[in-house]
Amino acid sequence: MNGVEIAGVGLHPFGRFGDTPGTALGVHAAAAALADAGWTPAEARGRIGAAYCATAYGGVASGHRVLGALALTGIPIVDVEAGCASGGAALALAAASIRAGQHEAVLVVGIEKMPKGIIRSSFFAPWQEEAGLNANPAYFALRAQRLMREHGLTVDDLAALVVKNRRWGARNPDAMFRSEVTAEDVLASRMVCDPLRLWMLCSPNEGAAAVVLRRSDKGVHLAAVALRSHLPGSVLDESTPLAGLADDGGITPPTTLAANDAYEEAAVGPEDLDVVECQDTDAGRELLSWYELGLCAAGDQRKLLRAGTEEGEPPGPAINRSGGLLSKGEPLGASALGQVVELVRQLRGRAGDRQVPGARVGLAHTIGRGANASVTVVRR
Amino acid sequence: MAEGGSEPGAWLTRDAGGEAALLGGWSPTSGRHHFPPAQLCPYSGADDVEVVTLPSTGSLWAWTAVTSAPPGYEGPVPYGFGIVELDGIGLRVVGRLTEPDPSALRHGQRMVVTTETLPGGRVVWAFAPEASRAALRAPA
Repeated sequence: MNGVEIAGVGLHPFGRFGDTPGTALGVHAAAAALADAGWTPAEARGRIGAAYCATAYGGVASGHRVLGALALTGIPIVDVEAGCASGGAALALAAASIRAGQHEAVLVVGIEKMPKGIIRSSFFAPWQEEAGLNANPAYFALRAQRLMREHGLTVDDLAALVVKNRRWGARNPDAMFRSEVTAEDVLASRMVCDPLRLWMLCSPNEGAAAVVLRRSDKGVHLAAVALRSHLPGSVLDESTPLAGLADDGGITPPTTLAANDAYEEAAVGPEDLDVVECQDTDAGRELLSWYELGLCAAGDQRKLLRAGTEEGEPPGPAINRSGGLLSKGEPLGASALGQVVELVRQLRGRAGDRQVPGARVGLAHTIGRGANASVTVVRR
Repeated sequence: MAEGGSEPGAWLTRDAGGEAALLGGWSPTSGRHHFPPAQLCPYSGADDVEVVTLPSTGSLWAWTAVTSAPPGYEGPVPYGFGIVELDGIGLRVVGRLTEPDPSALRHGQRMVVTTETLPGGRVVWAFAPEASRAALRAPA
């Protein structure tokens, strides 16, 4: 099977950019990724064999608009939507086409321009909107409450997680929120859905990220990219069912399903990881993701948080050095690819003052509506 | 195969005691209940789903309050939102809670099914603390 090199990465910062169209954000990121791979758009003609565009709200033919602006049409261009895992899904399709020998190089771009506030989603039926059963933060709050109860965590642990991510986000020029916060600030921010305060929730926003994949066994390469959807039974799954089983202990969550697939494909385990970017839609989601990815045992999150904030670096991989979605905001289609951009920067040793020394193996994780989970492993 | 609408009005009923209750699905193949009733059992894919009246009582498993209106919602805020584990069948159901103050609720608290009428006139299920049903019945 062919190796898949991550030949180039590019990013448009995540934030709010007024009337700038999503296409422009995507063109910025895609051109940067092509340049990083060593090609002008003109030089990429004839080399890029296909393009996949991850977006949830971009609308019809979003990818075509980006590729058109880069004068790269004529090739297959496919938009990919899989909720928060859209970027992971696009990456998986692109990688598969290279492994199969179909293309020499493929461009993957993720773009989003999200509305402000609680996301209006066609996922919910009109009656669910009328009944107020469509408040995403409320589902997150129930999940956080369960996590606190079953893992012995407290609201102070949720606040400490936010402090950690904002500390790194302050060092990321591509993040939306670039100031450090204290636990007191976090706990004093507006209550959205108990126990979640405003600063414990990521902000839907705008941005773009792009990756050029190339058939090669050199450099930073894609060791695995796995996608999974949910199994029925867990009432708190991101698929937001109206009911689930009381005995849901035997139902493996999609994050763990995808992680296990990715660990097997890449022939690595959690203990081999140097740097991890994982889903932190809310503070509780990140702490649960650590557990679901096999990075810690139930209830060990507090130990890791304390080691990280009071005594220097915690054991295990560095998690969300980019500042996570809590610092960057979440442009759905771009978020998973943004994680991969961060990992590649880390593995190349070019992550500035948030660099993890000697990073060789990285993992990116998203989980969201569908439910869709993606887990990507990169190595050098 | 189960028949039923895709809106909450089709899932509301009264149990043998005349109390508000929900209709769910039960598959002999999987031996499991689900809600709302589906054409195929979500656990086995079997097409032998029977529509059954679910228990109208349970215990509170998770709860919060929504403090600002999500898109398309025109009812009061804050409003209670949570999950109740229905008695005896191992099913957890999501719904509105009549109690909008999270500090007034506790894990395992006894709850009953009730209904609420939304501003547009639509009727949906909700869960209320059991004490409120007793209060409704108490002579004036």
